[in-house]
Amino acid sequence: MAEEVKLFGMWASPFSRRVELALKLKGIPYEYIEEDLSNKSPLLLKYNPIHKKVPVLVHNEKPVTESLVIVEYLDETWKNNPILPQDPYERAKARFWAKFIDKKLLPTVSKLGHMAGKEKEEAIEEAQQQLKIMEDELKGMQFFAGQRIGYLDIAANVLIWFRIVGEFIGETILTAEKFPFIWEWIEKLMEIDVVKECLIPKERYQDLMQLNRNASKHASN
Amino acid sequence: MAEEVKLLNTWPSPFGLRVAWALKLKGIEYESIEEDLSNKSALLLHSNPVYKKIPVLIHNGKPISESLIILEYIDQTWTHNPILPQLPWEKARQRFWAKFNDDRLLPSIWRVFVTQGKEREEAMEASLENLKFVEEELQGKRFFGGDKIGLADLAFGWLANLISVLQQLTGLKLIDERFPLLSAWIQEFSETQIIKDNWPSHDKLLVKYQAVYDKFHPLK
Repeated sequence: MAEEVKLFGMWASPFSRRVELALKLKGIPYEYIEEDLSNKSPLLLKYNPIHKKVPVLVHNEKPVTESLVIVEYLDETWKNNPILPQDPYERAKARFWAKFIDKKLLPTVSKLGHMAGKEKEEAIEEAQQQLKIMEDELKGMQFFAGQRIGYLDIAANVLIWFRIVGEFIGETILTAEKFPFIWEWIEKLMEIDVVKECLIPKERYQDLMQLNRNASKHASN
Repeated sequence: MAEEVKLLNTWPSPFGLRVAWALKLKGIEYESIEEDLSNKSALLLHSNPVYKKIPVLIHNGKPISESLIILEYIDQTWTHNPILPQLPWEKARQRFWAKFNDDRLLPSIWRVFVTQGKEREEAMEASLENLKFVEEELQGKRFFGGDKIGLADLAFGWLANLISVLQQLTGLKLIDERFPLLSAWIQEFSETQIIKDNWPSHDKLLVKYQAVYDKFHPLK
């Protein structure tokens, strides 16, 4: 039976980019549908009625949502180039840190774009504390266990996105001096062709952040 | 090799309870260690340095934290009586609903419990909307996992023992005749032997959550 794989995504979403990365790593052919989040398509709303968000993977008409759930689904359905570690304990660790990135780091950094003054300073400090936790716990970890990028590397695309946000707000949250292990990890990731293909384009993203910042300024006037 | 399994937990925790249920469903022998969260043990702090929270499963000295991650670990390590289905799409669905509970449903109901006035009204609206989604998911199913208890059932399981307590303390109705499928599921779930045998005392829960409620709603 012909496999039909569609991905509803958005170019600026690290979650959407993650799924693209997983699809490319597995060599899975797919149709990409770019969503305008200010004007969501009827198909998106049909496939994800509860959260109404991207990314949504639709495989032979069956939808899967939530980026990390999708990545696990892809790994279980296409067995080539495994993404999750085989060992249950290693798997649990990979999931733990992916969740930490999504639930702790990401919300903190997301807020930074619209903050100023003391609030912003506190958020930056919080982000750096969280990065420190990761740095301390993960250093000594082998990059790309088995020479192949895996689940946590895919989840870490968010860390690459941080650098873009940091540059935009004029703060380098993530520096090589403070976080040498994480820095090197990201640098190594960014050398890989398939990762490069799935990066959020920096200038375009910074233009978007500028647009959003201007819009919120007008809204408050 | 002898398996050594420990569970760091507290008796009322909805997150710890789901792990205890999973261990019992699989017939895994384990040592249950009750933590005093106001005076966390060295073992807890060492085993979960990032969050310093329970539950933590320690298997042959290796610690695993975060309840849903623990459940997946248990299912992968002890493969009999699976709590996840075989098919990837069905697995994804169970994971979706477990996350829905933790990310949306539970927080919205908790907000009803701890807030007042307009905030509470909004939390109530959100909770009812979330409950409607969950109700729909139960169409044609005995459990979220199908014929038997699965990951999503364990995630939603806290509703079975705690909702009645929260309703009693707030005087508010959340799961009632508006949600017949959920009500029936609570009944089925509560009456399952393994679940019944590992059930925090309703009276103890009332006392504990009354104290929490009073903290958030101090008498003027």
